[in-house]
Amino acid sequence: MKIGVLALQGDFAEHIAMLRRIGAETAEVRLPQHLEGLNGLIIPGGESTTIGKMAVAYGLIDALRQFGQTQAIWGTCAGAIFLSKDAQRQQPLLGLMDITVERNAFGRQVDSFEADLHIPALQQADPTPYHAIFIRAPLIESVNGSAQILAQLTDGRIVAALQGKLLATSFHPELTADDRFHRYFLRLAQ
Amino acid sequence: METTTGTFAVKAGLAQMLKGGVIMDVVNAEQAKIAEEAGACAVMALERVPADIRAQGGVARMSDPELILKIMESVSIPVMAKCRIGHFVEAQILESLGVDYIDESEVLTPADEEHHIYKHDFKVPFVCGARNLGEALRRVGEGAAMIRTKGEAGTGDVVEAVRHARTVLGEIRRIQNLPTEELMAYAKNIGAPFELLLQTVQLGKLPVVNFAAGGIATPADAALMMQLGVDGVFVGSGIFKSGDPAKRANAIVKAVTHFKDASILAEVSKNLGEPMVGRNISQMPESEKIAGRGW
Repeated sequence: MKIGVLALQGDFAEHIAMLRRIGAETAEVRLPQHLEGLNGLIIPGGESTTIGKMAVAYGLIDALRQFGQTQAIWGTCAGAIFLSKDAQRQQPLLGLMDITVERNAFGRQVDSFEADLHIPALQQADPTPYHAIFIRAPLIESVNGSAQILAQLTDGRIVAALQGKLLATSFHPELTADDRFHRYFLRLAQ
Repeated sequence: METTTGTFAVKAGLAQMLKGGVIMDVVNAEQAKIAEEAGACAVMALERVPADIRAQGGVARMSDPELILKIMESVSIPVMAKCRIGHFVEAQILESLGVDYIDESEVLTPADEEHHIYKHDFKVPFVCGARNLGEALRRVGEGAAMIRTKGEAGTGDVVEAVRHARTVLGEIRRIQNLPTEELMAYAKNIGAPFELLLQTVQLGKLPVVNFAAGGIATPADAALMMQLGVDGVFVGSGIFKSGDPAKRANAIVKAVTHFKDASILAEVSKNLGEPMVGRNISQMPESEKIAGRGW
């Protein structure tokens, strides 16, 4: 199982470290040819505008759209924004997932937070609540078409969504020691 | 909803999100938009870039809150702002404005020549400058959630940035090979908190993200710092004191992403127009250097 991590900007090194720890092969993806032979791709946290601009500049938009037709892609935070169809402002998006997101929906950095989530899909084997870290996080305002809700805050706001092999999370599993989300993604990529 | 804000994890976490990116000094909303459009991962809002602070002299203080707010309104990327070393009231003011990061910076005139701000007391994260491992770990001990090597700001001469990055990263490589019983004496000698030194040994890197700053003026400079092993770069005067800021800013962003690809570095280095004029540090009197500020 070989998983690529989009390495244009952001915390791609944290995803790579976590993937290696659970036994996956990894590759950094900066150019379209780096997608060859991958079973899945993670788009890390970072600044979605920076990641989008670098993807446009190096011909990755079409390559990633094509990759996502058959392979698994998981976007965390900025990556979730980049995967979405609609971010309610002008910036380059892949438009692969039928979700609408709102950037910086919780406020500025002083409003960044940690919270325990109840995520049935992850808690079958280990019932411990999932402790999530939200940093200038986006909110998934709505899931449409075949996309479905995977996790919500206790007030009902959506923070994770799934559409076939495509996964979006507003928070950062790569910043924790809990590898349940990365194992979940490896199953999607199989 | 059971949530907690202002934890060290979310403060250090934002710096993680900035990695592999370029943080650019801007003095107004128009420059901030140019920086965002060029692909900056954050901007530093200030009244004067370091090259102008050097040229004009006088006391350099926190910027006008009105200016900082205007910059915050103009872009969607994180906005940082500087306070003077030890000036915790400037920091309180910046926190109340809602800036995303505070740089307790030697570029401004220090307000305290012995003590830095106790940064754990704040919900907003801080970045601090360092020239060596002891200084970096003292700042982390006070609560800094991000470190930047200092370089010599406002010169366009990368030599001090290289010196400081090599010093910090070299010391980290050295302590990997020390027997455990020698680490206490090492911590004492460099003035580092022992527990943080141990953590650095275990991680093989600083416990927080480490950017380079101070004198980076070209895409090649930025890629050099990345290849030396830093996580990202600050570019201060180097962009908006050059002939074609938008083009140079975009080229430096690309150079940081593709820092190991010499053919891309060659491509983005073409036709950038005039770089900032620059000051040769080897011919600069000691009294004009600012990297020594910080204790």
